[in-house]
Amino acid sequence: MCTTKQLAQALALETLVEQEDREITGGYCGDLLSRVMGSAPADSAWVTVMGNVNAVAVASMADVACMVLAENAPLDAQAAARAKEHGVTVLRSAQPMFELCEAIEQALKAE
Amino acid sequence: MSEGLKLHFEVAPDDIAAAGNASTGTKNTLKKMGFPAAIIRRVAIAMYEGEINMVIHAKGGDVDVEIQPDRIVMTLADRGPGIPDIDLAMQEGWSTATENVREYGFGAGMGLPNMKKNTDEMRIDTQLGVGTTVTMTVYVA
Repeated sequence: MCTTKQLAQALALETLVEQEDREITGGYCGDLLSRVMGSAPADSAWVTVMGNVNAVAVASMADVACMVLAENAPLDAQAAARAKEHGVTVLRSAQPMFELCEAIEQALKAE
Repeated sequence: MSEGLKLHFEVAPDDIAAAGNASTGTKNTLKKMGFPAAIIRRVAIAMYEGEINMVIHAKGGDVDVEIQPDRIVMTLADRGPGIPDIDLAMQEGWSTATENVREYGFGAGMGLPNMKKNTDEMRIDTQLGVGTTVTMTVYVA
């Protein structure tokens, strides 16, 4: 287990929106928002390329620990504002999704 | 049964980005009242899916929430086209969402199944050309 801050440090992730430093207990990867709401566990690190307001709302409703944007996907201004309002931490990486998920898995195991 | 705390929200039509007021408002209220995180999560997911449905399939509508110590009852009433075949609509992956909606990340055909999965009771009253009312209950056990 590690926290959102520890994950950002361990993987040198860009912190786009910093909120409460939460414990991460697992992960989920996907871009179809209803799939994410149906399957992403609470307190997980959610890897996606969706950086719109709806994705932020989904992160909030599903109560994930943080969003991690892969492949340098953009977070639009409205989404960034919503993330601050909803207390959603948003991190970003240049890595492709598969490699990023693998790195997160390693970081979660290492702690 | 005594009357619980009642919340009312209006869901605006057409604006997918704006959807989420009812679920966010309810989530924040439940949090302040000290409900367990797992209960709040189920309510928030079910309501957000419902709100998205009201925006993309109907022309918005009204959301009423009644909060009791032992249950949360959500009533989502729209003035949309109605659902011709509820069994089909309940099937995972079946969707009538437009291409525009899919670009936002919705339209995977998981909305109604997610609502059912996250609530203890769900009832759909629908009339073609008039609208649909979805009533969902989450018990706090």
